[in-house]
Amino acid sequence: MWVSDFPGARLHVVTGKGGTGKTTVAAALALAIAAGGKRVLLTEVEGRQGIAQLFDTAPLPYEERKVAVAPGGGDVYALAIDPEGALLDYLHMFYRLSPSGIPARTLRRMGAFEFATTVAPGLSDVLLTGKVKEAVIRKQKDGTPAYDAVVVDGPPTGRITRFLNISHEMGGLAKVGPIKNQSDNVMAVLRSAQTAVHLVTLLEEMPVQETLDGVAELTAAQLPVGGVIVNAVREPVLPAADLAAAEAGRLDVAALAAGLKEAGLEPDEALVSALASEAVDHAQRVALEERGRDSLGALQRPSYELPLLTQAVDLGSLYRLAELLREQGLA
Amino acid sequence: MNATVPVPVLDIDATIDGARILVCCGSGGVGKTTTAAALALRAAERGRRTVVLTIDPARRLAQSMGLSELDNTPRRVTGVDESAGGFLDAMMLDMKRTFDEIVLTHAEPSKAEAILANPFYQALSSSFAGTQEYMAMEKLGQLQASGDYDLVVVDTPPTRSALDFLDAPQRLTTFLDGRMIKVLMAPAKAGGKAYLKVVSAGFNVFTGVIAKIVGASVLQDVSQFIAALETMFGGFRERAQATYDLLKAPGTSFIVVAAPERDALREAAYFVERLAEERMPLAGLVVNRVHRSEVTSLTAERSVAAAQTLEATGSSPLASAVLRLHADRVWLAVREQRMEARFSTAHPGVPVVEVAAQPGDVHDLDGLRRVGADLAGEAAA
Repeated sequence: MWVSDFPGARLHVVTGKGGTGKTTVAAALALAIAAGGKRVLLTEVEGRQGIAQLFDTAPLPYEERKVAVAPGGGDVYALAIDPEGALLDYLHMFYRLSPSGIPARTLRRMGAFEFATTVAPGLSDVLLTGKVKEAVIRKQKDGTPAYDAVVVDGPPTGRITRFLNISHEMGGLAKVGPIKNQSDNVMAVLRSAQTAVHLVTLLEEMPVQETLDGVAELTAAQLPVGGVIVNAVREPVLPAADLAAAEAGRLDVAALAAGLKEAGLEPDEALVSALASEAVDHAQRVALEERGRDSLGALQRPSYELPLLTQAVDLGSLYRLAELLREQGLA
Repeated sequence: MNATVPVPVLDIDATIDGARILVCCGSGGVGKTTTAAALALRAAERGRRTVVLTIDPARRLAQSMGLSELDNTPRRVTGVDESAGGFLDAMMLDMKRTFDEIVLTHAEPSKAEAILANPFYQALSSSFAGTQEYMAMEKLGQLQASGDYDLVVVDTPPTRSALDFLDAPQRLTTFLDGRMIKVLMAPAKAGGKAYLKVVSAGFNVFTGVIAKIVGASVLQDVSQFIAALETMFGGFRERAQATYDLLKAPGTSFIVVAAPERDALREAAYFVERLAEERMPLAGLVVNRVHRSEVTSLTAERSVAAAQTLEATGSSPLASAVLRLHADRVWLAVREQRMEARFSTAHPGVPVVEVAAQPGDVHDLDGLRRVGADLAGEAAA
C-alpha cells in the first residue's frame, strides 16, 4: 500500500499553464485516488468537455456519471459543472425552486441567467466553486461523505487564484446575510487542510515561471498549495559524458561515425552531421529541463514526474500515469 | 499512403504586407504571443509602421521585447531595424484602467466617483466575459483610426472566449434589454423602499428571491453598479457594430496559432469554424513547435534495429543512443504530421505554415526575428 503525501486532502484542484496536460493529470490523479475501492468525483469547470474526450465518452451532461473503474475496484465519476446548472442547483437547494417551476423560468426570461453565467464571470466562478464545495461536503444518508475525494480540472495557472478566491472577494461585498455565509463556508473548505492545489508544469521556461508565480499568488491568498507535477519529462538518452559534450557543441563525431559503421550503416557525412545535430538538440533540451527543475526546487514543494508519452493519450496510458502518481505518493 | 490534397502554404510576408489588422488566436501554450510579436517585428522591419497589442496579463510580450512594462499607451520597441521606414510599438491593455477610463469618459464627474468607489464595480469591472476581448477590439479600432499605424497586430487571450467579442454585443444586448436590469435598477432610480412598489406583482417571487440572496444592505450597491454598467454600455451597440464591421472589412486577417498536438489542433479547428461562421477573413494556420527530421534516408525502424545491434554487443553507447533518439524523433514527426493532416482534411483550403521547435524559449528580438524568418519560410541562417 502506497502512502499519500496528502492524506487529509479531499479536494484536489489541478491547475497548470495551457498545454501542460492538466486535464490528463487531473484524470490520472482521480484514477490514482480511486484505486483500491474509493469513490472519486472528477469535475471540470471550463466547459471544454476535456474529460469526456479523455475517457472517450459522449459529452458529459450536468450530471454525475461513472466514467471509469480504478484498479482494485474504485469508481471515478465525472461531472462537467456549468454555471447555469450550478445556479439552478443553488436555487433548488437554498430556495427550493424547481428548475422547471415558474420562478426559475421567470428568472431565465428576465436575463438573470445571462447575467450570472456569461456577463459577469466573477459571479459564475462563485457558482462553480460553490458547487465544488457542495460535492466535497455532501453526505450520504448514513452520514458518510458521498465522495472520498473530489478532483477538479481547474482553470489555468494564471486564473486559478482568482477563481478559488472569488468567494472571499464576494464575501467582502456583503457584511452579513446569506451571501456572506455561503462565501465563508466555501472559503473555509478551500483554505482548509482538506484542500490541495496541485500545479502541472513542463520543464520549459514559461510554464516554470508561471508555476512559480502561481504558487506565490496561491500562498498570498492563503490557499493550500499541494504538489508540483512535472509532465512530459524526457529521459536523457545519451550517456552523461556525451550529453555534456553535445550541449557544449563538442560531440565526438568520429566516435559516432565509427559506431554507425559498426551497426551496419553507411556513415556518410550528411547522415553523421544530421544525426549529430539531433543529438545536440536533445542535449540542449535536457539542459533546459535541468535548469527548470532547479528553479522548481526552490519552491520546496513535493514534486512528481510523469514521462513524455510518445503516443497519444489513451485510456491505457491514463492508468499508467495514475500508477506513477501513486508510486510517487501524490495519491 | 493515399495521395492527399496538397495543403496551401500560408504566405506570411504577403499577409503582413497587405493587412491593416492582424488578429492572432489559439489555445494556451502554443506560442501565440511569440508568434504575434514575431509577425509584428517582421512587418516593422519590412517597412510598416506597426503596433502589437496584447491583453495577456502575464506580461510575456513585454519580456520578449525587452520592455520593462506595458500599459495602455503604445511604447516604442528599441533595437528594431527601422531602415525600411517602419517601426514597432507595443502595448498591453490594462483592463481595470480601460474600464475606469470609460467610466470617466461617459459618466458625469460626480457619478463617476461614486461608480469607481462602488465595491461591486471594483470586484467585477475587469472580469466581464467578452468585454475584455471587446475592449481590445475597441482599442484596436482607435489605434487603427489614429492613422499612426499601417498595421495593428492583436494577441488575444488563450481561451475559447478569445472570440467572445464576436457575440459579446449580442449577449450584452440580451442582458441590457432584459427585465432583470430594470428591476435591479429600480432602487437606484426610485431610491430605497419605493423600489418594491415599482415592480409589478408578477415579480414578487423574483424580488423575494433577490432580496433573500443579496440581502437588503447589498441591494443599493448592486443597483448602483448596474446603473454604472448602463453608463458604460451606453451607445454600446453602435460601437460594437462598428468594431464588428471593422473586423470584417478588407484589410483584416485572422491567424490561428496551434501546436501539432491533438488538443491544440482541436481548438484551432474550433476557431477556424467559428471564424467561418462569422464570415471573418482567415489568413491561415500557424503550427508552432513542429519536429521534423532531416535524416530522411534512415527510417525509425532501421534506426532501432541498428541501435539494437550495438546494444547487443555493448559497443558504442553514443551511436546507439543517437540512433534511439533519431527513431523517437521520426515517430514524433510522423505523429505530428498525422495530426496536421487530419486538420487539413477536415478544413481543406486553409493555408498552413509550420515553425520548427526550438530547444529553448524566445526572449529577445533576435529570437523573434528568427521565428519571423521561419514563419516566412526563409531558410534558417
